[in-house]
Amino acid sequence: MGTTGIIFKRELAAYFSTPLAYVFIVIFLVMNGIATFDLGGFYQRGQADLQPFFNFHPWLYLFMIPALAMGLWADERKTGTIELLLTLPIQLHEAVLGKFLAAWVLSGIALLLTFPVWLTVNYLGDPDNGVILAAYIGSWLMAGGFLAIGSCMSALTRNAVIAFILTAAICFLFVVSGSAIVMNAFTGWAPQTLIDAIATLSFLTHFEAISRGVLDIRDLLFFAAVIAAWLLASAVVIEIKKAN
Amino acid sequence: MIEISHLTRKFEHFTAVDDLSFTVAEGEVLGFLGPNGAGKSTTMKIITGFLAPSSGTVTVDGHDITENPIAVKALVGYLPEGAPSYPDMTVLDFLDFIAQIRGFSGQEKHQRIEQVINDVALGSVCEQTIDTLSKGFKRRVGLAQAILHDPKVLILDEPTDGLDPNQKHQVRQLIRNLAKDKIVIVSTHILEEVSAVCTRAIIIANGRIVADGTPQELEAQAPADAAMADAPSAPGRLEAFFRSVTEQGAL
Repeated sequence: MGTTGIIFKRELAAYFSTPLAYVFIVIFLVMNGIATFDLGGFYQRGQADLQPFFNFHPWLYLFMIPALAMGLWADERKTGTIELLLTLPIQLHEAVLGKFLAAWVLSGIALLLTFPVWLTVNYLGDPDNGVILAAYIGSWLMAGGFLAIGSCMSALTRNAVIAFILTAAICFLFVVSGSAIVMNAFTGWAPQTLIDAIATLSFLTHFEAISRGVLDIRDLLFFAAVIAAWLLASAVVIEIKKAN
Repeated sequence: MIEISHLTRKFEHFTAVDDLSFTVAEGEVLGFLGPNGAGKSTTMKIITGFLAPSSGTVTVDGHDITENPIAVKALVGYLPEGAPSYPDMTVLDFLDFIAQIRGFSGQEKHQRIEQVINDVALGSVCEQTIDTLSKGFKRRVGLAQAILHDPKVLILDEPTDGLDPNQKHQVRQLIRNLAKDKIVIVSTHILEEVSAVCTRAIIIANGRIVADGTPQELEAQAPADAAMADAPSAPGRLEAFFRSVTEQGAL
């Protein structure tokens, strides 16, 4: 097993050695249930699909994912273990990646545990399971994007709560960047190319495309690029801030 | 062999390490002394590859810390100040993690872990999570991870800070046992420790070396009046010397 794998294993075990993993999974499932069956009108719609379930995910992630990511680096700085970790014979990118993957896999576990919703819709009707699978993949990729942002924000501070708030704020901007809230602020003075560029950064647009069942390579690449860019930024920030 | 040449580290508003040069050879136990903020920890953080130098070079066994940090980190065992470790892990899981990162597996990994648990007497708390341990035990966990791979170079930042006299004695014993054919650099505020375990002492103040010699040589340089008056013992003379070379700026 490579160094990244060793760090990944330690981090994942750390989530489960405190109540964090369990609290995260339980709240995630409860919130999903409320969103799908109450807010989303799953039964009333009379359609055999999981649209109300997936539509809620960007907003759910907005306050759940920062909780997973906030401690990634802030806690290492706070307890001083960052000095231990980074004086072991490892590369910085291995630590960044291992930690990120542990958080991402945990969010994946939480997502997989929503399978009763999938069972329900298959019991009640005859949904397009290909679309549902695509939406699950899209949701997990979006969670990865949120987590990569969270990793970088966590590297910025030794205070996990500040990391939480920064992550939620930046993720919010990425979620709504294609919507009227953001677009209105730019129309009128910014050139159209800039407005278009900002609109393409929207998590919502890309996620909705995938969750309709269209696995366009550009949407997948978008999330891959977001994850890569923010992880790279994490490494840069850690390198700069570790001395303080 | 550790070679430090014209090492400087600047922070935003001050220079923590200022043109520091010295070498340490195998078999030496170097006591690294100096007032708080003198640059001891910063120097140690640079040698272990945690911080990058602003200028100057550090080589360990011929490997430059900036060019080949992984090779240096593999050779070095490091106990950072305060002995940080992951509080939610058990002692055994923590040492297992360190052993894996250090590249051990299977039977050898188990032997290494068993060995260090014996060396620093952690047997009674192996299965406890680290946050439930006393300060002394935490310090020993930090020592255990530093010596697990039998490193050629051991860098210990205040290894006995906060320990009771018995624990201090054990740690010193351990350092003496480890020291053969190794390089050990120990920072400390306890001057009797220097007389007890070190073969050489360097005193730094404001990032510069102000004294370098065997503990006996430094004791001999103690100001005559202090040596006569309140410091008849060897550590006392060392302390008098320490004050005479580090207090000049303040007075």
